[in-house]
Amino acid sequence: MPKTDSLQGSLDLLVLKILSRRPNLHGYAIMTAIRDWSGDVLNAEEGSLYPALHRMEEAGWIRAEWVTKDTGRRARIYELTATGRKQLDAEETRWQAVTAAVNRVLRTA
Amino acid sequence: MSWWTRISNAIRGDRLGREIDEELESHIAEAIEQGRDPAEARRAFGGALRTREECRDSHVLPWLASLHADSVFAWRQFAKHKVTSAAAVLSLALAIGACTSAFRLIDALLLRPLPVVAPEQLYTVVHQSFDPKGAPFTDDQWAYPCFTLMRTAVKGQAELLAVSYAARTDLTYKSDAEMEKADVQYVSGWLFDSFGLRPAAGRLFNADDDSKPRAHAYAVLSYDYWTRRFGRDPKAVGRTLQMGSDLYQIVGVGPEPFTGTETGTVTDIFVPTMMHPGVTHDDWTWFRTMVRVHPGTATEPLRARLESVALAFERERAKSFKNMPQASIDLFLRQKIGLQPAAAGASGLQKTYSTALAAIGVLVALVLLIACANVANLTTAQAASRAREMALRVSIGAGRARLVQLVLVLVESAWLAAFSAALGAWLAWWSAPFVVSRINPPDNPARLALPADWRVLAFAIALTLAVTLLFGLAPALRASKINPASALRGGSSSPHARRRLMHALIAAQVSFCFVVLFLAGLFVATFDHLSHFPLGFSADRLLVLETVAPAARPPVFWEQAADHLQSLPGVEKTAISGWPLLDGNGWNGFVSVNGAPPGPVLAYFLAVSPGWRDTMKTTLLDGHDLRADDGSPAPALVNETFVKDFLKGLEPIGAQVAKDRVPYRVVGVVRDTPYRSLREPILPAVFVPLRDMRTATIVVRTAAPNPLAIASMLRHEVSGARVSNLRSQMDLVQAQTVRERLLAMLAMFFAAVALVLAGIGLYGVLDYTVLQRRREIGIRMAVGAQAGDIALRLTVEVLRVVFAGALVGLALGLLAGRYIATLLYEVSPGDPAMLAIPAAVILGVSLIAALPAVLHAVQIDPVSMLRAD
Repeated sequence: MPKTDSLQGSLDLLVLKILSRRPNLHGYAIMTAIRDWSGDVLNAEEGSLYPALHRMEEAGWIRAEWVTKDTGRRARIYELTATGRKQLDAEETRWQAVTAAVNRVLRTA
Repeated sequence: MSWWTRISNAIRGDRLGREIDEELESHIAEAIEQGRDPAEARRAFGGALRTREECRDSHVLPWLASLHADSVFAWRQFAKHKVTSAAAVLSLALAIGACTSAFRLIDALLLRPLPVVAPEQLYTVVHQSFDPKGAPFTDDQWAYPCFTLMRTAVKGQAELLAVSYAARTDLTYKSDAEMEKADVQYVSGWLFDSFGLRPAAGRLFNADDDSKPRAHAYAVLSYDYWTRRFGRDPKAVGRTLQMGSDLYQIVGVGPEPFTGTETGTVTDIFVPTMMHPGVTHDDWTWFRTMVRVHPGTATEPLRARLESVALAFERERAKSFKNMPQASIDLFLRQKIGLQPAAAGASGLQKTYSTALAAIGVLVALVLLIACANVANLTTAQAASRAREMALRVSIGAGRARLVQLVLVLVESAWLAAFSAALGAWLAWWSAPFVVSRINPPDNPARLALPADWRVLAFAIALTLAVTLLFGLAPALRASKINPASALRGGSSSPHARRRLMHALIAAQVSFCFVVLFLAGLFVATFDHLSHFPLGFSADRLLVLETVAPAARPPVFWEQAADHLQSLPGVEKTAISGWPLLDGNGWNGFVSVNGAPPGPVLAYFLAVSPGWRDTMKTTLLDGHDLRADDGSPAPALVNETFVKDFLKGLEPIGAQVAKDRVPYRVVGVVRDTPYRSLREPILPAVFVPLRDMRTATIVVRTAAPNPLAIASMLRHEVSGARVSNLRSQMDLVQAQTVRERLLAMLAMFFAAVALVLAGIGLYGVLDYTVLQRRREIGIRMAVGAQAGDIALRLTVEVLRVVFAGALVGLALGLLAGRYIATLLYEVSPGDPAMLAIPAAVILGVSLIAALPAVLHAVQIDPVSMLRAD
């Protein structure tokens, strides 16, 4: 199975879920987490990840903060906000409903 | 994130961009640390620029950010062309400022509703009748008994309000020695209640303050007067003031915004109508009748009701008319009653100046259009020289959907317009009051409330936007149609189309300029004719002292006062008359000649002392002067027009002339002089001996060239009477032409501006054309065209455009001339001379403006031109 980057509109859901389990990740860590936790199946590309992060920040789901790392470089780390938590619940429910429905269709076919 | 942060991010985009860059860099560094190939890690981002843009767009309002970028860019363009930008801003500012000023004046005088409850319900009641020549005219003077009848007749449907003409009146707060002047107006007691006004101090009148003649000696001050005269002292309420022989008690102060209903005059003191001596007379007409129509009442039946009452009153009154020909009585009774909307108040100033202000409004609008055409041409030429830059923008992906060029050029125009509007606002700030200060003679200035409020602001903003579109849209559309391929290759896409646009604009400029010059010429000619009007007397070194005695005094009293003045140093001659010539006063009547019944023409009378004709330096054409010992019947002088109108074919000297059965014997004929106004035809006048008078005018011919130098000395030399007004006769003559002077002055100014602007515009366009056609001209010269041919070709091209424009201007001018006929005096808009002058001036200016470009063209060196590019 080839790696897919389209993620079928689930990028927001994945990012929110990862940040709910492990707060204060920077963009690169989020990208790695998506790949690792999906067993190398899902891959978020930089070109979509950063616009998505900024969009979610603008929507108030996540909050960003600059920290200085040991190397002396600054990194921008993200964490979930209260609104983000609610959004995560909603997205998760929706995802479950959609996959269940898709599965039902596949079974009847 | 809030809208505000998104907006501020759009304006301060640099920091945001840097942060995004840093985050992406940090990501790449992290990836390299984890062991990824640096090149691959960078490549993984794809278009880094695009990622950054997408990140950025989620934080800003994209259209705002691009508008901000465009406006910064436009500002740089604007600042780069300093001289042209400054010229454009100046000319636009002048035009925008003038337009805003004109709007302020028109709004303040004619449009702005009175600050009262429901001003739209107010009307003035006017008589519409015919003068003896059958021409219709309206007047708004009423007699109080008729007012009372009309008020009762429409009770319940409408409320009638009497408001006298504001008059500058002598009054004092202390003694007779300290007289001062204030604008006094008699008003109905119920006026303030009907207007829904509340006092700023004390109380206002109510209906009870206006019920019995001479019983309510109360006064209400206007807020403006309270401020100017008393510094808003609350103790002013309760003080008394003396006006004539009556002592009035000040009971209150009106609200701040209310300056009376006579737009153009700020009333100082209101007193109840019942205090006016004319209130019981059915033949004294001394006030305007305003009517507040109650909601739900139709105006036409109301008008008809008022008309029937008023005409019944006049018919009753006409029964007692004596010495009036039946034809005149019939004409008088054919009058109708009309209602005129008075939401903006009612005043003579409105009547006198509405057309004049409209004419000025048209002039400044035309100047604005000329300035816009100039700037449009400038922008077009600039856009042409930037064709490559525009083409580059399109070809690297600035989509036509975003209409980059359109926005860019428009934004540049907006910068121009904004600067001009700011400068214009400053201009309008002081120019509108300046014009108002010129409206009336200095001793009785027009006072017009000129607030700079949202109405003016809204007008200015709308005007600025309209102007931006006017001069920005055409060049912007043209720029956005650019074809990148051909523009980058070096050939301009459509030079002919652009030139056509510029030529059309030049033609428009010329035609507007023609109209402005034409109208200005008419106004100047009118002023010229009026100021060179043959007066028939000499106004030089002549003072008029309007003098009031405590009670009526016999002629000998006045003659003694005049004789005393004549004995003073610096005085050449003195005489007495009832009032000065040309101050607007009049005394008329029907006369019977040699016992015949009176004719329909009114004759005008003036009481004068025997030396009056000599002092005025009016030529005696026949007979002799009035003499003290002329005996009975009393002697009279008549003017030439009187002889023509009344004594045709008769021997004037010795003729018997009777007014109201009082006979006079004509002893002399004098040269025609204007009687009360320069603008009306010379009136038939009769000069009769003095009678017992309370007020009289002492006419003083001084020896010194400046009569006002001894004015204050003379004022103290009049004993037994008080000098209430002291003017030079020259001031009275010049007061006759105040409006014409103002119109001529403003029109000349705008004509000069229009001419300069049109000249500059023409010069700019021609110079640009030559620049564009260097190559063509070079080739023509290379194949043998002579310099003369080239010059002729270019000149003919210019003249074609100028003639086309002038022809359109001629048609427009003739059309406009019809609407301003009332402002003109002995000038006809169709007069060929009036049309030839602007045509010649424009032709001259066009040729001068074309000269540099033509010289430039013939100096083109074909060899170097063909080598270039």
